[in-house]
Amino acid sequence: MTDAQNSTGLSIFSPPEGAPALFSYTLHLADTALILGQRNSEWCGHGPVLEQDIAITNISLDLLGQSRNFYQYAAALYNDFSTQEKEQVNHYIPRLWKAYNREINEDDLAFLRDENQYLNLLLTELPKGDWAQTILRELFISAFQFYQYSQLQNISDAALAAIAEKSIKEVTYHVRWSSEWVIRLGDGTAESNRRLQQALTELWPYTGELFIPASYEMQLIKKGFGTDVRSIKNNWLKKVEAVFTEATLSFPSGGGREGASWYQQGGKEGQHTEYMGYLLAEMQYLQKTFPNVVW
Amino acid sequence: MNCTIIKYYYGDIPDQQSGSSISSRPGGGGEGDSSSWPLWEVFIRSKQGLDHKHVGSLHAADAAMAIENARDVYTRRQEGVSIWVVESKYIHASNPDEAESFYEPANDKVYRHPTFYDLPDEVKHM
Repeated sequence: MTDAQNSTGLSIFSPPEGAPALFSYTLHLADTALILGQRNSEWCGHGPVLEQDIAITNISLDLLGQSRNFYQYAAALYNDFSTQEKEQVNHYIPRLWKAYNREINEDDLAFLRDENQYLNLLLTELPKGDWAQTILRELFISAFQFYQYSQLQNISDAALAAIAEKSIKEVTYHVRWSSEWVIRLGDGTAESNRRLQQALTELWPYTGELFIPASYEMQLIKKGFGTDVRSIKNNWLKKVEAVFTEATLSFPSGGGREGASWYQQGGKEGQHTEYMGYLLAEMQYLQKTFPNVVW
Repeated sequence: MNCTIIKYYYGDIPDQQSGSSISSRPGGGGEGDSSSWPLWEVFIRSKQGLDHKHVGSLHAADAAMAIENARDVYTRRQEGVSIWVVESKYIHASNPDEAESFYEPANDKVYRHPTFYDLPDEVKHM
């Protein structure tokens, strides 16, 4: 499928054996955006004040929009695959869809897969917690996405590059918004500082996974795809550290700046926390109970 | 026998665990709930417009937060390209009770409108 055109008319980066890895990677990007969007959306109607309720819901919608773009691309990739290529990624394809007898689409990928077929970062599926936990996670992920999308903008796969270029404007605002909140709470009252510090202790062990390439990412790296999460770790740390300094927060003790001496991982390969199943049960209920239902 | 039943709906969490106490931080004006955040008036300049128009008000702890809130509340549908915020307490307004003496005297002064001139045809854009 060299230089094939997908249904969006954009050329696809695809050395003969790279396509399945590209599909998995695209799913990973989509799942990360979708699951974080779903978690943040739980604040809808419950935000600390009306204005922040709207702000966090806006961010959810941005993330949902990003995930749609990625899912559409992943679906287009899959539908164009040869039988042989399909076989390599069929373990990510929802069983339910196979009975539908039509091309796969974005909704099938978002709403029909099982827990172990999702490739999102563990950090995104953790409960929303209190406001401190929500905004600290938003900072961690949006700062990460900022550098990740910056790399993606310049790769030769035109579709992913275009999605990244569009999304980075949104992500830039998410970084700004969450940074200000972290600074506000960290440098606020004793209570707000305590909560943020507690959120940090809770979330920090999940940050390591951001910078460990999954198997499909390694395959793409070897083929000169142009993105490598390992190379953005220093920028990310610098950004987070700058915010932490202003917020008078300290990195978790033990292991120096690295904080935790070990990190939780597995989400990018389909192994999830106990929270994931509940999230999916709620998110997928409608599509699984009323297959193909539309508004 | 007294018994208290607290029913939590989905997503609700008790106040002590929720984010609601964040408002008691510097700039928030103190005691707890969000109503203690000052009120801000929001002005938006649209893409075509030259002037900032008043669009509404919102609560925020300081100017930076007010601008971000205004972005999220009032520019979600591409309403504008520039935002001004000003704390409501700095707005001085005319008194509605004085409307008679303020505005009515202008009612019968039609000559203040430039409608008594014959414009030459060469003058354009008037």
